[in-house]
Amino acid sequence: MELFQYPYMQRALIGALVIGLAAPALGIYLVQRRLALIGDGVGHVALTGVGAGLLLNRSPVLVAVIAATIGAIAIEIVRARGRTSGDLALALLFYGGIAGGVLLVGLSDATSANLNAYLFGSLTTISPADLTTIAVLGAAILITMIALRPALFAVSHDEEYARVSGLPVRTLNLLIAVATAVTVTIAMRAVGVLLISALMVVPVATAQQITRGFRSTMAAAMALGFFAAGSGVWVAATADTAPGASVVLVAIASFLVVAVAGAVWRVMRRRTTPTAAPTPEPHEVVLS
Amino acid sequence: MTSPVITVEHGVVGYDGRPVLRDISLTVTAGEVVAILGANGSGKSTLIRAVLGLVPISAGSVTLFDRPLRRFRQWARIGYVPQRLGAAGGVPATVREVVASGRLARRGVLRPPGRADRSAVDAALRAVGLADRAGDPVSTLSGGQQQRTLIARALAGQPELLVLDEPTAGVDAASQEAFAGALRDFVTRGGTVLLVAHELGPLRPVISRAVVVHEGRIAHDGAVPDPAGHHAEPDHDHVHPHCYDEPAGLWSN
Repeated sequence: MELFQYPYMQRALIGALVIGLAAPALGIYLVQRRLALIGDGVGHVALTGVGAGLLLNRSPVLVAVIAATIGAIAIEIVRARGRTSGDLALALLFYGGIAGGVLLVGLSDATSANLNAYLFGSLTTISPADLTTIAVLGAAILITMIALRPALFAVSHDEEYARVSGLPVRTLNLLIAVATAVTVTIAMRAVGVLLISALMVVPVATAQQITRGFRSTMAAAMALGFFAAGSGVWVAATADTAPGASVVLVAIASFLVVAVAGAVWRVMRRRTTPTAAPTPEPHEVVLS
Repeated sequence: MTSPVITVEHGVVGYDGRPVLRDISLTVTAGEVVAILGANGSGKSTLIRAVLGLVPISAGSVTLFDRPLRRFRQWARIGYVPQRLGAAGGVPATVREVVASGRLARRGVLRPPGRADRSAVDAALRAVGLADRAGDPVSTLSGGQQQRTLIARALAGQPELLVLDEPTAGVDAASQEAFAGALRDFVTRGGTVLLVAHELGPLRPVISRAVVVHEGRIAHDGAVPDPAGHHAEPDHDHVHPHCYDEPAGLWSN
């Protein structure tokens, strides 16, 4: 634990914990509307922003926020139109984003190590200013996702019903898109753009194996994200592994543990309590 | 009690240039229970979706509570029951959480739920007979119970007008009875209902007027028509084979 006496390690840990809480709080809405991979796409676009920032000698994180927001809004517009060519448009955006990023980083005098830090996360590069950005934006995401839960749940669960309820559906969808962009960019330093989607999605996937309701799933996913981020950073610091990869592997290990434990528990319960045969519903059609 | 709740005048709706509704004029006044009947593909679901603004009309006009649809904002006065629960992405949600969504039209996006919201959700769950399932994930419910959940969601908003899309399609007999009861209570308290149905079943006594849509036009508007042919036999069990001829596919032998 001695490593955590260093201020840069403390910053890394705090940053990761904030992201560990905020990413699943947003991710649950993405999973519910079957957009689990959207964070990945936005991450690709954010990379172009990083490249542009490095080339122009501006804050890469700031430019990445702008690029990712534009990308996320573009994806949302394509999604809302519901055209079949949507996934092709998304593919163009994803690959364009990563190609643009690699190209622009190459043109700037940044090293490949620099690019790697954004792709896969780097603990030692989080400055005090970065940490402030992460903490403020992370808290804003967290508060918005929790405070607007009923409305965001309704929009993600049944968009047409939300529209007939008079909810500002388009505004709420754009809010989720922008929140995705912001989360991806603040998580870039800790987990990296290629792995951030995992922190949005895997804790939700783990939680929903054992929960019954939306609110309990959200709470459990946030707890799991917090745990994965904290222990991942600790593993990375002590074993000198890549932080993003460590956090994601802890999250996936939790998923496997819960999946196996859940299966074992169900088998045990079936053995101990002889369940009554489920009463079948009356047939709606006459079976001959 | 004769103020018009829904007015459609010469409504035309088309998908990709193919007309679905050709020239529809329909008025529903307060306190009426109107059933829209018609064959599959006749445009009856499209008609209520156009009334709610979910599909745009290309000509004509829709008026809700004396206000043109475009400028209508009092959505809390309407409770909408879609045909099926949307295909949610697998995140569990309890029956109570789904029903609580029905309060948003009244409460707005920013205000947190209060005591009035909770008691309205409780009352709606009781009205459809699902109070004991409130904490269960909706995915564990039968089709009929899921349909009742959607009706409870609409009732929770304490609307004046209920719009239902095939509320009894594929629903077991117990749920149909529970639904007919909830609808009767709603009408007794002065509510107005517009529903799309393929067959009326236990709803028949509640319906005050029937509108038959045929090939995008209104073919009948008045008393509930008697079922024709063998449908009229008292012991007729309404059976629709979903597929007459199971094709011998790759997986059957």
